[in-house]
Amino acid sequence: MLYTLSVLVDDKPGVLDRVAAVFRRRKFNIESLTVGHTDHVGLSRMTIVVDGEEQDVERITHYLYKLVNVIFVENLTVRPMVSRDLAMVKVNASPEKRAEILNMVNVFRAHVVDITPTAMIAEITGDSEKIESFVEVLKPMGIIEMVRTGAVAMARGDEPMFTNGNGHKN
Amino acid sequence: MKRTGAEIVWECLLREGVDTVFGYPGGASLPIYDAMKNFDIHHVLGRHEQGLTHMADGYARATGRVGVAMATSGPGATNMVTGIATAYMDSSPIVCITGQVASQYVGFDAFQETDVTGVTQPITKHNYLVTRAEEIMPTIRKAFYIARSGRPGPVLVDICKDAQQHSIDWEYDDTPIAFRGYRPDLRPATEKIKQAAEMINQAKRPVILAGRGVLMSGGTELLRRFAEKAQVPVGLTLLGIGAMPASHPLTMGMMGMHGESWVNEAIQEADLLLAFGMRFDDRVTGTVDTYARDAKKLHIDIDPSELNKNVPVDLGLVGDLKEILEQVEPLVKPADHEEWVDHIWCKRKESGIRDIQNLPDSGHLYAPHVINDLWRFTEGEALVVSDVGQHQMWTAQYYRHDLPMRFITSGGLGTMGFGLPAGIGAKIGCPECNVWVIAGDGGFQMTQAELSTAAQEGVKVNVAIMNNGFLGMVRQWQEFFYDKNYAATPMRSPDFIKIAEAHGLTGLRVTERSQVEAAIKQAHETEGAVVIDFRVEQEDSVYPMVPSGVPLDKMIRRPSPIVETARDR
Ligand SMILES: Cc1cc2nc3c(=O)[nH]c(=O)nc-3n(C[C@H](O)[C@H](O)[C@H](O)COP(=O)(O)OP(=O)(O)OC[C@H]3O[C@@H](n4cnc5c(N)ncnc54)[C@H](O)[C@@H]3O)c2cc1C
Ligand SMILES: Cc1ncc(C[n+]2csc(CCOP(=O)(O)OP(=O)(O)O)c2C)c(N)n1
Repeated sequence: MLYTLSVLVDDKPGVLDRVAAVFRRRKFNIESLTVGHTDHVGLSRMTIVVDGEEQDVERITHYLYKLVNVIFVENLTVRPMVSRDLAMVKVNASPEKRAEILNMVNVFRAHVVDITPTAMIAEITGDSEKIESFVEVLKPMGIIEMVRTGAVAMARGDEPMFTNGNGHKN
Repeated sequence: MKRTGAEIVWECLLREGVDTVFGYPGGASLPIYDAMKNFDIHHVLGRHEQGLTHMADGYARATGRVGVAMATSGPGATNMVTGIATAYMDSSPIVCITGQVASQYVGFDAFQETDVTGVTQPITKHNYLVTRAEEIMPTIRKAFYIARSGRPGPVLVDICKDAQQHSIDWEYDDTPIAFRGYRPDLRPATEKIKQAAEMINQAKRPVILAGRGVLMSGGTELLRRFAEKAQVPVGLTLLGIGAMPASHPLTMGMMGMHGESWVNEAIQEADLLLAFGMRFDDRVTGTVDTYARDAKKLHIDIDPSELNKNVPVDLGLVGDLKEILEQVEPLVKPADHEEWVDHIWCKRKESGIRDIQNLPDSGHLYAPHVINDLWRFTEGEALVVSDVGQHQMWTAQYYRHDLPMRFITSGGLGTMGFGLPAGIGAKIGCPECNVWVIAGDGGFQMTQAELSTAAQEGVKVNVAIMNNGFLGMVRQWQEFFYDKNYAATPMRSPDFIKIAEAHGLTGLRVTERSQVEAAIKQAHETEGAVVIDFRVEQEDSVYPMVPSGVPLDKMIRRPSPIVETARDR
């Protein structure tokens, strides 16, 4: 099953490498991994989606905590959460296809972010399922290329993931 | 105050209480070496960076303090890899300082540039690349803190040459170190302490499995008190030897692949295993599916990732062993478990008959005899450092330590060549100790060059080579599992007496048991390192042995009487 982990780390060179190595050594295949800044200076947040068993994920969590640069790890899978992925899809868009494409873009609440005489880039945000269905309907038009960010995720509710600087749950 | 980066390195080492650095210079560490003269730290020049990393490790294991090794960039640093991996597997606190090419050349395949932080990432607790002089002090302070706190381990600090050379305005800053994430000070909830005590109070056939964590937490006294109060027999891991005095009636001996039969049988029959600072290594458990099936398991370890890793446990407590035992002990009711303890003693007596010590002296020299004699003639008080192989197992079985921290060996990585350099490091850390290195003819030759270090430094270590003319442990596997196809295990060695003499040291040879005592005595009376070439039985094997894939108590036992296989020589 797919698990979504949120990992708060020091924003320093080499940290991504160290985190990725934890998964590599235990032969995990990472489905997606995103990193970006947070509202705290010096902290980055990773969202990592992996395929595995529950006890593997628990073990990985302990191994992540062994890294000096890891501050907090949360398994979002077990909580109500919001997960979003962003995709850009470049499709063939000759003038006669444009209307149909625009129609689909509207239905999916996507946006057109670039247009040329023969092609169009549509941008869509949503959970994986939504994005995959969107891609499915665009396929007959001829997809030229596609790029996805991978999931970013956050628990629902009013609490932050991490509050006091010593978040290790024993 | 103006200070160069190189001076800051030494200043910081002094502040960490370092008295000895094991090192080897080179281009990328020249500024550090140039600054050395002004600081009161003894530098030991090794002969190979692997050796000096083992020296730092031996120093750390003998003293409980952080050992420091230093090397240049590229080949100097890569030579350290085996030593770092050895320290990592056995949680030994060392700090390795390596020189790196100047920061502007990092990443350009400069002369003697290796991505050392990349190479050592999986075998260090943490590592740092330092590119500016300003970062040296905070980095070295953190490195020592990480190396010694929580579950100890090696930390590497790679310092660019320009950072060493650069002069800055500098003052030592001793504000306490704080990390946002790193948490070496975890403690279990009070509820879990109560649960633990309850489990212990209910047990009928409890066994303590004492590991290196007991020694590292300084919990040996407490362990003894605890075991006595609740009358729980204690098995030791290889690295836990010394955690409980060998002569104590509740101490059973070593467990695992080459553990004593009665210890493994007790584990298999137990209804509660108390795993104290040990990590259920596969050499300890044998086949996990059949491991102590009837026993509940309570595991105390400072590293949360060890709980439920190899063996699922019923209750896991994360934290320092000594701290936790201090809380659990008062809640434990005095018990006697008389039947259980007697039962184990009975097995022990039966098995003892197979013990090689009790066999008639056949005129051949057996390594177990030699080690047993060494134990007697050193009154069990030597600091014994072993290499890896059959002699290592015999050392564990026949040198019975009553004192903690007097047995040093590479357990997790099983690094041949560890013994001599680790022994040198241990002796330097603990000059009042009578250090005996026990090595095989194979492993000794891997780092034999460090004899030269011992000679130059005037380090008094006694080296007992169990010379069987084979890579004995591998030969044993070939005998048992590969139809005695002795592929690449017979080994012709140089004349070890001449090797010793070439270094200006003393070499002795022993071929009969009657000569053992005199040789040990002579070694004790001789100034400087002594090498004794014990010509032992060539094809003896370590018993008992748990072959792979069988339950822990299905051991191969020593054939009795011994089958003579020696070719006299
Ligand atoms: C040829 C060969 C044969 C071997 N055969 C055997 C054998 O028959 N039997 C055997 O036992 N071993 C054997 N070994 C050794 C084996 O591979 C392991 O190295 C050994 O079992 C590990 O012992 P340990 O778990 O006590 O120590 P370590 O591996 O050092 O583990 C120590 C544990 O204690 C924890 N710890 C550290 N500090 C604290 C603290 N303050 N508080 C609480 N916990 C702490 C650590 O987190 C760690 O989990 C053999 C090795 C070789 C090379
Ligand atoms: C560096 C290294 N290489 C290979 C091995 C595999 N190995 C384990 S024990 C052993 C034989 C050791 O022979 P020797 O040093 O003569 O000691 P003995 O077993 O005869 O006591 C070997 C080759 C190892 N542990 N370490």
